[in-house]
Amino acid sequence: MDRRSFLATGAVGLAATTFAPRLAFAKAATDRRFLFVIQRGAADGLAILAPTGDPGYASLRPELGADAAGGTKLDAMFTLHPALKQVAAMTAARQALLVHAVASPYRDRSHFDGQNVLETGGALPYRLQDGWMNRLLRTMPDDPQAIAFAPTVPPALRGSARVASYAPSNLPAAGDDLMIRVGDLYARDAQLGPLWNEALQARTKAGDLASGKGAAAAGALAARMMKGPAGARIGMIETDGWDTHTGQKGRLTAQLTGLDAMLAAYRDGLGEDWKNTLVLVATEFGRTAHENGTGGTDHGTGATAFLLGGAVNGGKVLADWPGLAPTALYEARDLKPTINLDALVATALGQHFGQDPARMAGVLFPDTGSAPLRQTLALS
Amino acid sequence: MSDLIFAQNRFGLGPRGDQSQGGGDGRGWVEAQLGARLAMLSDAPTGAEAAQALIAYRDERRNAKQAGLLQPASVPKGMPMAMATTAPMTGATMTAPGSGPAMTAEPMTGMTPDARPPRRASKPPELMDAQKAQRQLYLSAVDARLKASLVTPTPFLERMAHFWANHFAVGANKADTVGYAGLLELDAIRPNLTGRFADLLLAVERHPAMLFYLDQAQSVGPHSQAGLRAQGRGRDVGLNENLAREIMELHTLGVRSGYSQADVTEFARALTGWNVAGIGRGPVQRFMTGQPGDFNFVEVLHEPGARTILGKRYAEDGEAQARAVLMDLAVHPATARHIATKLTRHFVADDPPPAVVARVEQAFLKSRGDLPTVYRALIASPEAWQPDRPKFRNPWEWTVASLRALDVPAPPAQRTVGLLQELGMPVWRPTSPAGYDDLAASWAGPDALVRRVEAAQRFASAAGQGTDARAIAPKVLGARLTDATATAISRAESPATGLALLLVSPEFLRR
Repeated sequence: MDRRSFLATGAVGLAATTFAPRLAFAKAATDRRFLFVIQRGAADGLAILAPTGDPGYASLRPELGADAAGGTKLDAMFTLHPALKQVAAMTAARQALLVHAVASPYRDRSHFDGQNVLETGGALPYRLQDGWMNRLLRTMPDDPQAIAFAPTVPPALRGSARVASYAPSNLPAAGDDLMIRVGDLYARDAQLGPLWNEALQARTKAGDLASGKGAAAAGALAARMMKGPAGARIGMIETDGWDTHTGQKGRLTAQLTGLDAMLAAYRDGLGEDWKNTLVLVATEFGRTAHENGTGGTDHGTGATAFLLGGAVNGGKVLADWPGLAPTALYEARDLKPTINLDALVATALGQHFGQDPARMAGVLFPDTGSAPLRQTLALS
Repeated sequence: MSDLIFAQNRFGLGPRGDQSQGGGDGRGWVEAQLGARLAMLSDAPTGAEAAQALIAYRDERRNAKQAGLLQPASVPKGMPMAMATTAPMTGATMTAPGSGPAMTAEPMTGMTPDARPPRRASKPPELMDAQKAQRQLYLSAVDARLKASLVTPTPFLERMAHFWANHFAVGANKADTVGYAGLLELDAIRPNLTGRFADLLLAVERHPAMLFYLDQAQSVGPHSQAGLRAQGRGRDVGLNENLAREIMELHTLGVRSGYSQADVTEFARALTGWNVAGIGRGPVQRFMTGQPGDFNFVEVLHEPGARTILGKRYAEDGEAQARAVLMDLAVHPATARHIATKLTRHFVADDPPPAVVARVEQAFLKSRGDLPTVYRALIASPEAWQPDRPKFRNPWEWTVASLRALDVPAPPAQRTVGLLQELGMPVWRPTSPAGYDDLAASWAGPDALVRRVEAAQRFASAAGQGTDARAIAPKVLGARLTDATATAISRAESPATGLALLLVSPEFLRR
């Protein structure tokens, strides 16, 4: 029983209905679709799109770097993580542009503040009250029907333009990241600590391994809601669990397996509409160049972003590679950002929706008004 | 440690994240509520509705039985299960990766709010509708209770309503109590929180929910007119001791406090005739007056004669005979000790400090069960304000505290019911008349913790990514917020994760 709900902005909780309401969408003026997949928690770009051709990589990632061995080699420099099989296929079909060493204007390594900048599009945290996706809606002639695949509207979509939110009612279990954090919190508690350890053992016994099932369902749901003439044109999916301070190898593989399944399900579900679609996958910041002592990485700066879809001018990696030499690193620890995420987003969306990227940048990122990139990112 | 935040956690329902502030006089805040009365709940079902729903259900059952569509004496087994849907509370953000199978049990019946109990081909739709109507009353009552808890101006009194509803537990797991269970709290308990214990007790024991739940409505005095007539016809009717026993064991004196089986039986005889009008269809209905669901004393069911209970003789006096017994039980020293122990366990510690119990017990005895006096003795106990001995919040308390902290509205009733089922404490549905117990060990288990973490995720996603746990934590935990928790929240990978961590932090799980 797939119970879902349709809510107007601001409503919280899901109506308990036994039917999935029919959404009567007006015909939008454009066939073009845009989906933003946010990776909350700072996804490790250096593992996702490993710079295996960089001489510094192996020494920075003596343990974690081994993951790249089974991945898809895209060029002399970059290898795509082996869990991203469908993304590799999209790249081969020229439907994926993988961007490296990218960052929003934010530089301070706090998830809260970093996500606020990523979503509001401000130069500083909490400077703007609405999100850049909501401002994007105002550039469009008709109501393009924006929808958040979440119980509530995330900050990126908040603002004066009407946004729906729609979430499946069957919940994923607590993610590994949250389980680990809770474990840390209970470690010193005489009552809760032992109980939690028991719970974790039971979970392991139950074979509670990450599966792409829930993720694929999320992608398929988004496709169903964005498909056809009446489908929503703008959507957003939230993912979390990317904060891999420990045990990154297994966790990131699970995360990427899920992401890969979700993107593939979305592509397959859209059918013909995939050719008019642009998907942006982005995170608030990257992670440290050097792996840490607990099999993970800590908060960093430069990260990866993906542009995917039939409307993407893809098939390659887009990077102004700064290198991994100690002197090349940002503050001697992080991948240095060389591409402005704001510029990337404004350029891609301007080209995708047939608008002037410079004007788009002014609307989406009024604080920074980033100059557009020169590349053709989206095919008109 | 007696500021407002501390008081709201220990004696209230937890601070609201949008209104809370530090400082203030916590004890004064609690005491100020003792003179108040709980507001009546809006949108709550009424006794008349519950009576009508029960009559309709019984009629349909009879019809189905006569038509040979039901096995005789089959109870509607689908009932409790049907109400135990585990519809999750809200969808979480779509955690694409890393989400394993849910730890929660699969819903037993796959019910949805408008769906029906497991379909037996034989069950006529009229009967199903009648069951559904009963379930709807239950849902409405749960909904009214939760909404009141989120906005109440008197959280301490609200807590007391929940306490007494559990003390006088009625389970919504019998056909006759599904629609009625919540009404015991709404009609009998809430209006009597700040009067005498005797009045609260009397209101509860006369309420149809209790008379049905503990089978009093079926009890017939063997030597009453009805009893003698039935025996003449070879019908097997007679005394039912259930209510009498539970009043003594659970509601007043307490188990092993010195009463005997003979006392129970004598009390049961005195209680015969206490009944409910208009629900049944038997000949005894001719002797009833008033509206369906009204309390009635039915003389023809009453066992005649004087009774001796706990060494005291009660002359034959109709309805007043059992009432006189109740009034004595209400102020009995064993009752004072029993109530004092339970109250102290609820507010102070699983293992109630004897000094506090003694103080509350004395207040009860001296005031002859004046509840505000009893509450005051508890509030005046320094042990009740010790920060190092928090109580583990039970699932209901934790749910209410979570929704208040995040300032999110009550989820749809069906989901509330499902959530509390998942967390192991379905509202008004304990498995025995003893109610839910009040010990951490019952609520703090490995699986229970995981379920709370999952529920916390749902609450957090309902609050949305725009709610900042770093700002809320000090408002709802006050001085109890530890550096470890504050740090964990500030390092959370997303605002929603921060909120979830706040709700499952050791401090928040306790009060």
